[in-house]
Amino acid sequence: MSSTTAHSVVEPGRYLRFFAGAVVVVYALVTMIPLVWIFITGFKTPQDSISYPPKVIFEPSLEGYVNLFTTRTRQTPDYMATLPPPETWYDELVRSRQMVIAGPSKFGERFMNSIIIGFGSTFLSVFLGTLAAYAFSRFRIPLADDLLFFILSTRMMPPIAVAIPIFLMYRTVGLSDTHLGMIILYTTVNVSLAVWLLKGFVDEIPREYEEAALIDGYTRFQAFVKVVLPQMATGIAATAIFCLIFAWNEYAFALLLTSGTAQTAPPFIPTIIGEGGLDWPAIGAGVTLFLLPVLVFTILLRKHLLRGITFGAVRK
Amino acid sequence: MAEIRVDSLKKSFGDFTAVKDSNFTVENGEFFVMLGPSGCGKTTTLRMIAGLEMPSSGKILLDGDDVTFNRASHRDIAFVFQLFALYPHMNVRRNIGFPLICQGIGRTEIRRRVEETARLLRIDHILDKPVSGLAGGDRQRVALGRAIVRRPKAFLMDEPLGTLDTEFRDLMVRELRELHNNIGATTVYVTHDQIEAMAMADKIAVMNHGVIEQFGPPQEIYDRPATMYVADFIGSPPMNFLAFRASLPKGGSNIDIGNASIEIPELREEVEESDLMLGVRPEHIRLDDTSAFRGKVIGTEYLGTTQIVTISTDHGQLKARFAADIPVREGETVGLSFAGERLSVFDRGSGRALHSALHDTHAETGG
Repeated sequence: MSSTTAHSVVEPGRYLRFFAGAVVVVYALVTMIPLVWIFITGFKTPQDSISYPPKVIFEPSLEGYVNLFTTRTRQTPDYMATLPPPETWYDELVRSRQMVIAGPSKFGERFMNSIIIGFGSTFLSVFLGTLAAYAFSRFRIPLADDLLFFILSTRMMPPIAVAIPIFLMYRTVGLSDTHLGMIILYTTVNVSLAVWLLKGFVDEIPREYEEAALIDGYTRFQAFVKVVLPQMATGIAATAIFCLIFAWNEYAFALLLTSGTAQTAPPFIPTIIGEGGLDWPAIGAGVTLFLLPVLVFTILLRKHLLRGITFGAVRK
Repeated sequence: MAEIRVDSLKKSFGDFTAVKDSNFTVENGEFFVMLGPSGCGKTTTLRMIAGLEMPSSGKILLDGDDVTFNRASHRDIAFVFQLFALYPHMNVRRNIGFPLICQGIGRTEIRRRVEETARLLRIDHILDKPVSGLAGGDRQRVALGRAIVRRPKAFLMDEPLGTLDTEFRDLMVRELRELHNNIGATTVYVTHDQIEAMAMADKIAVMNHGVIEQFGPPQEIYDRPATMYVADFIGSPPMNFLAFRASLPKGGSNIDIGNASIEIPELREEVEESDLMLGVRPEHIRLDDTSAFRGKVIGTEYLGTTQIVTISTDHGQLKARFAADIPVREGETVGLSFAGERLSVFDRGSGRALHSALHDTHAETGG
């Protein structure tokens, strides 16, 4: 085969490229539809959200967001007439539905729980993963290959398969419905991913850098912190995002093991019930807000992530 | 500055023995080169001196102190790596200053010493550049700067010129030697390149399969190779070998190869009937029509001032170095004679050089 044929295989023509690009864009748009639908549902009124045929053009309303953050009670028109005029725009909005605000909802609290548990377990997974990955990469550890395989075994079944034993165990030791319990659980699941991902990144860093630092008078730990860690930044960022996404979105364990104080947002959001069924605008609003932290975190680490995603092809 | 002594040093990795019983002393201020093919144990020896590898047995003494099991950071030795190992997340200035930071030296003093070192290496204009964009020669100089700035007891260098292109390499060989002459620090330098070794070394150790085959000044290693391996490894083209079988008396100074009688340096030992090899450097071969030792010219290679002529004889092929103006035609049969006082005789079985008058001069001059 001549070399020109080989080249034409590698570089597609203009029309083919345009077609390929169009397919990718259309596919991306299709996958975006549920997200977009959830986002616009958050700005509909409850009536609009369940109207048939579905409304694409509608008058936007913040009712979903108000309902997400408040609990409300229905009042008689006589009682409503006795109230002083509404002080805020959301008071007014709620009263227009013949209701008054009874107090804040649990959403803020649940959202905070998600943040504490998600970021807590991400930090712990990446911290433990970094140390373990360095050790596996650099030291001669007896049975290292078996240990690495064993670490991975926690991911060989769906986590929910062990949900009942964990539920019973947690109840016995008093970890049910606690932040600590959820952080430990998510860390357990994530640390294997973290060790494997990070080991790949450490393997890529030539040993000479640490050896140079050792000879320059630094201890092994100083060499690790000052020379290895800065070069692992990309890998750590990529790993942190993967860990956060898992911990943030986890639903099954959260549903089973948390009910009150430590409940995260995923099991809470679908339970938002309005009058006469689920309050879809409030759910849409909750999901939209729920997506934000991961989005922000990913954008912040985007520079590292883009390089990290290419894994092996990072250096030199 | 320091003296480095290596005493019966051994290193095994599982079943593989990388270094077998090494002994040598690098004297204060000496430029010492370990020369050998890859996998011969030279880098392992260097890493043991640095403290990056622990020996299986034996001792390493630095200025008389046993440092065999000291941490690398407690030896006060600088190491220049083959790939330089410049920290990619620091600029040139921070790379050079990095070893000083952990010594607790003040910032102004670090600044002063980094700049002084940079001037010495002529890299003061790139101090604030990132290391990633530097050319090979500059990376090399930064790596050297990081070693020099500490004023360590000794420098260890692991094929530091291996990744540079030839042009740069010649320049750096000169610069390195000049630098050594200026600062006079004990240096251990590892390379597989005999030209680098010959150009820079005060003393060379030629290593093969974990064993030091010969240890001495470049001139001695070239003129009086201790083994056939050294004779073959050093020199370009390497020493020629002519096989013969004989028993030689002590004091003998003649051997017969075929029907030719060849003069050799007077033997200082007796040899029973065995397979031997005559070692001849290319430049010690002369054209001589009267000689009974004859061969056919099968190739010539013109090198400007000299030419390398390949001659096929009944006892093996020879490469001879003649002046370029001597006319030699391919296919021609020529007579050859040798510079008798410069020849070596080896025992073919062990590869060891026989003791002869050649080594007397060594005792007088090399001692």
